[in-house]
Amino acid sequence: MTLMQKFLGAAATLALSAGAALADPAIIFDLGGKFDKSFNEAAFTGAKRWAEETGGNFREIELTSEAQREQALRRFAEAGYNPVVMTGFAFASSLDTVAPDFPDTKFAIIDMVVDQPNVQSVVYKEQEGSYLVGMMAAMASKSGTVGFVGGMDIPLIRKFACGYVQGVKAVNPDATVIQNMTGTTPAAWNDPVKGGELTKAQIAQGADVVYAAAGSTGLGVLQTAADENILAIGVDSNQNYLHPGHMLTSMMKRVDVAVYNAFSAGPDLKPGFNVLGLAEGGVDYAFDEYNKDLVTPEMKAAVDDAKAKIIAGEIEVHDYMSDNSCPVK
Amino acid sequence: MDKMPRWADVVLIPLISLMLAFIASGLVVLAIGENPIQAITVMVKGALGSTSGLGYTLYYATNYMFTGLAVAVAFHARMFNIGGEGQAAIAGVGATLVILAFDWPHWALALPFAIMGAALFGGFWAAVPAYLQAKRGSHIVITTIMFNFIAAAVMGFLLNGVLKNPNTQNAETVKFPAGAHLPTAHEMLAPLGINFSKSAPLNISFLLALLCAFLVWFLLWRTRLGYSIRAFGQSEKGAKYAGISAFKIIMISMFISGALAGMLSINVVMGEQERLIKEFVEGAGFVGIAVALMGRNHPVGIILASILFGMLTQGGFELLWEMPNISKEVVLVIQGMIILFTGALDYMVRGPVEKLFLRMHKGA
Repeated sequence: MTLMQKFLGAAATLALSAGAALADPAIIFDLGGKFDKSFNEAAFTGAKRWAEETGGNFREIELTSEAQREQALRRFAEAGYNPVVMTGFAFASSLDTVAPDFPDTKFAIIDMVVDQPNVQSVVYKEQEGSYLVGMMAAMASKSGTVGFVGGMDIPLIRKFACGYVQGVKAVNPDATVIQNMTGTTPAAWNDPVKGGELTKAQIAQGADVVYAAAGSTGLGVLQTAADENILAIGVDSNQNYLHPGHMLTSMMKRVDVAVYNAFSAGPDLKPGFNVLGLAEGGVDYAFDEYNKDLVTPEMKAAVDDAKAKIIAGEIEVHDYMSDNSCPVK
Repeated sequence: MDKMPRWADVVLIPLISLMLAFIASGLVVLAIGENPIQAITVMVKGALGSTSGLGYTLYYATNYMFTGLAVAVAFHARMFNIGGEGQAAIAGVGATLVILAFDWPHWALALPFAIMGAALFGGFWAAVPAYLQAKRGSHIVITTIMFNFIAAAVMGFLLNGVLKNPNTQNAETVKFPAGAHLPTAHEMLAPLGINFSKSAPLNISFLLALLCAFLVWFLLWRTRLGYSIRAFGQSEKGAKYAGISAFKIIMISMFISGALAGMLSINVVMGEQERLIKEFVEGAGFVGIAVALMGRNHPVGIILASILFGMLTQGGFELLWEMPNISKEVVLVIQGMIILFTGALDYMVRGPVEKLFLRMHKGA
């Protein structure tokens, strides 16, 4: 592995010193770092898969300062890398300034919309995946009470919550959903202890399935759920392996798919919106050897049926961010 | 002669420290299988080799000058202000409130008011720990560092609440009005026929930093107040005996210190980002301590040390870019090594060099 990395690195240096041959793709990781076990790492996985499958090279950089956002974007664009992919909404204003200066370079930004003619904005229909795991939560729950623990209280996380509640109510209209947000600052993404406390409070109120959409805070939620012997649902990556027997499923948001697709498209990357939902494989629920004993055949049949209906457009899951409100509580 | 010459103190010792640091970090680079000479070349060339690189280097240096001066002023009164981080952050709020309050017609009008806003807020944030120190004896090191955390919480509260731009998920304010745009190095040098990089964030705040360095020198060594500050720092009891009020000196020196740290927000918030973001200080408050240490608490030394630290920050980024095998963490190790050798391990070099000079003197 290290040898492989070294080799790849050497090849990349060579390519660069050879005067940037190119249109190789490039990716910029946010301040959280490449190996954050979540968002950035998922993006890296996608890039790596592309490199392994095509044998191509890509360049990457991890930022260490806010001022470097624009710097990195310009450097990649000037050196001829195409497309340039970036992870996270914090890049929006920098990209908005840089994109017009490089009309021939294609950019892709994940989780945010930047309205420029050479930018592809990748956004996800988190509500659809959350709807499916909500259905599973309601079917697995014996008490009729399920929980949701969000990270920072922003519209994006309310979008997760809203889809989840819709899924729960679709199965059991009388079910109670207890919702908690960990906080209102970015620190809420990284507070596993508080995540655990919120989970305990929800269990005290009768919840026996909890869904965590809270970054690293979610790890505390999943741990507590396993300790207290209830079921938990992971998010973003497939987290089923973390606590086998206590992980009902995970709502997967395939950031890697977006990166992989952007890299594969190369300089022909299509600008505009790229909305990834169930139909595009952008979101899904996780089913593997770690949770196959918890997911009954009826459950799976019902969820797969709903999935087909959502893809076909027969079920429409409300998007919280479309009007900043949720029809169900 | 019982002391070594001044040039050895100011030039020779930092240079030897720097060499040792380069050797130590060279070993780290060697250990991960890369060429250390190439790494150093990339760093220096990346920091100074183009107007874009130079623009970033001096932009970072501007930040470090402000925080370095802040630490130095307080240090002359023997106050160890390690709250530059929080003072700069709160000063950013002050500057932002001023800038967003009006639709400024021209930056020349907006700048003095933004400076006042930043200085008042930053100074206030340092004055509270100063008051606690002067009146209650609460140790300034403890209180200033705790105020960093309070400042971070206040920033989070404001940027997710009243100051938040409703159109984004990021914790940030709306973009500042065009009238508050500070001239960048590109815009300032273009009329002179110099084509400075357009993308570099270097702006007029750099000149403000140099002006601040001059003012700090003037205050400390050319005014009665500066004399009181230094006298108080040298001997608190002696100063009290001479009729200098401890309360007054602590309050004034800390207020100036906080205000200087606050000037960082003019460079970053007003000059570069043109909006208030949550984590804009990014450790510059702490780097200021190393800068002041290395610059021996003198404005000229601080300017030189800031430029070195600016080179490290920008050169580190170039290293990430040119040598992908060297990760973000290794760059941090190299930067830390240089800070360690030039700051903390200063006496390791000083002792032997001093002895050498004395022996040479005796022999002569």
